[in-house]
Amino acid sequence: MSTAVDRGLASSPPNAATAATDSVGVVVPRAIEISQPLLLDCGRSLPQHSLMIETYGTLNAARSNAVLICHALSGDHHAAGFHAADDRKPGWWDSAIGPRKPIDTNQFFVVALNNLGGCRGSTGPTTINPETGQAWGPDFPIITVRDWVRSQALLADQLGIDCWAAVIGGSLGGMQVMQWAIDCPGRLKHALVIASAPRASAQNIAFNEIARQAIISDPDFHEGRYAAVGAKPSRGLKLARMLGHITYLSDDAMRARFGRVLRGGGDGRFAFNYEVEFEVESYLRYQGQSFVDRFDANTYLLMTKAIDYFDPAREYGDDLAAAFAHAQAKFLVIAFDADWRFSPERSREIVNALVVANRDVSYAVIDSPLGHDDFLMPLPEYQAVLRGYLQRVAGELAA
Amino acid sequence: MSARIGHQANERIVERAHNRPDNRPQNRTNELRPDLARISDWIAPGARILDLGCGDGVLLAHLARTRQVRGYGLEIDPDNVAACIQAGINVIQADIDDGLADFATGAFDYVVMTHALQALVRPDLVLAEMLRVGREVIVTFPNFGHWRVRLALLRGRMPLTPALPSQWYDTDNIHLCTLDDFEALCREFGWSVLERALLDRRHGTGKLIGLAPNLFCENALYKLRRPGA
Repeated sequence: MSTAVDRGLASSPPNAATAATDSVGVVVPRAIEISQPLLLDCGRSLPQHSLMIETYGTLNAARSNAVLICHALSGDHHAAGFHAADDRKPGWWDSAIGPRKPIDTNQFFVVALNNLGGCRGSTGPTTINPETGQAWGPDFPIITVRDWVRSQALLADQLGIDCWAAVIGGSLGGMQVMQWAIDCPGRLKHALVIASAPRASAQNIAFNEIARQAIISDPDFHEGRYAAVGAKPSRGLKLARMLGHITYLSDDAMRARFGRVLRGGGDGRFAFNYEVEFEVESYLRYQGQSFVDRFDANTYLLMTKAIDYFDPAREYGDDLAAAFAHAQAKFLVIAFDADWRFSPERSREIVNALVVANRDVSYAVIDSPLGHDDFLMPLPEYQAVLRGYLQRVAGELAA
Repeated sequence: MSARIGHQANERIVERAHNRPDNRPQNRTNELRPDLARISDWIAPGARILDLGCGDGVLLAHLARTRQVRGYGLEIDPDNVAACIQAGINVIQADIDDGLADFATGAFDYVVMTHALQALVRPDLVLAEMLRVGREVIVTFPNFGHWRVRLALLRGRMPLTPALPSQWYDTDNIHLCTLDDFEALCREFGWSVLERALLDRRHGTGKLIGLAPNLFCENALYKLRRPGA
């Protein structure tokens, strides 16, 4: 624990886990065992599976204040707080989840999980296949957004939550939110879809395919069985992540952040070689490298495929409004004006379909400094919308 | 790029939202403004409505409460959007000048627009779009034929009146019209005027307005329908 004295003396900020009053503090993840078999879209089934979760706040007596957080491509169950008092960084959406934050843990019981197929402890390519006693690796079935929703619904059963006060997610997380509203209409009151799209575009799929090819063509990939031979397709995974990071920032944001600035200050002369020279190269390499240290290549392949396959309108004659016709949740859709990965126009497709389906929906476009990455940022305008909406949701619980 | 043009347009319209002559965002605890009360009298219970430039959603909230109306507001100002969301009013953040192509023909029973017509880039096109999307249209605007306006022009100056309080160089009102201009436009396009309410500054009706509407009406409310609707 930090004391007033060492806080005053420390040159770096006091450790955030204990100092911040709007943090959920130190949290402990736990594994939830789902023993019901899960039939997957691909036709295979998992007899049982395990999901890593974290929860923040307290479930009320009526079990009506639960909020589900759905994560994006590289997210996990560690959405808020710290795992240890000396952690340098909090969970991935700590900016929005905590006491008095927009997703207020004084009001809501917040559940975050690592999705099936993930690599942070939930059943997935890195866990043991009980049939073989070996890690699943590339033999793990490809999971769809619908499969995730089925798995999350089993999780809700296990936690005794019949109906979520809200299901919330950004990007690929937003796709899960839409699927929840379509597949389990009676099990959520509000659907918050942030920086998402009703289906992946050809351009989205194209980027995902390059990411996958980068991984698959790495000589260390070994057809996905890299772990068995003690290898890791680090170069491919790094390239995939570098590519992803280009799509998370707008052209303007990249220009503002890196411009053509050369690394190291130097005398401004070109080096005429292929080492890191421009700041933006350094940024991408850093992002790529740090990702390799914490992520699994087979999971990355699986996650990108889940995005590509997501298309809830498909089974409704390509009519998204028909897909939403049975939804009962009220929707909040949020987009960021500089986001080109899932642009505001894509969010507007969701809104338009909801209007045709006569659903309650509000839509906000946030003035965005970064682009797609902004859905994780504490932008005042964004937080005001999120907070305002969820305060109303909390008010309904009290009523 | 279009994004940049869009942004400039947004700034302009945001400005407009703040400078509306009647400054639409208002305290919800107050009585409903008389012109809005009149609009709600024109709307059938249970209708589906689109409110263009809905501000903080006061009209939609009133209609939902008193007439079981379901609907959506279109609004460009982020603070107003946040206010609607907090109040539980369906609001879609959008620029009216971008058109209504996102909405299907006949999607709404009514499309309403209060005090924004004169600030649009192409009010005629927006009106036509409103009549495509809605079965009926309710629109309000300040009458540029009012005697105060004419008097100012006779004196050789652009008008500064209670209904038009901004200077010529910083006003957001770029397409002002008189009652006669507006009705001529309706005739030209074949839009029928189902109802009209001609009000003074205090949203009252007076004898003088009856005698010479285009001289004494300051605030005009029209309900329109397209031919064959």
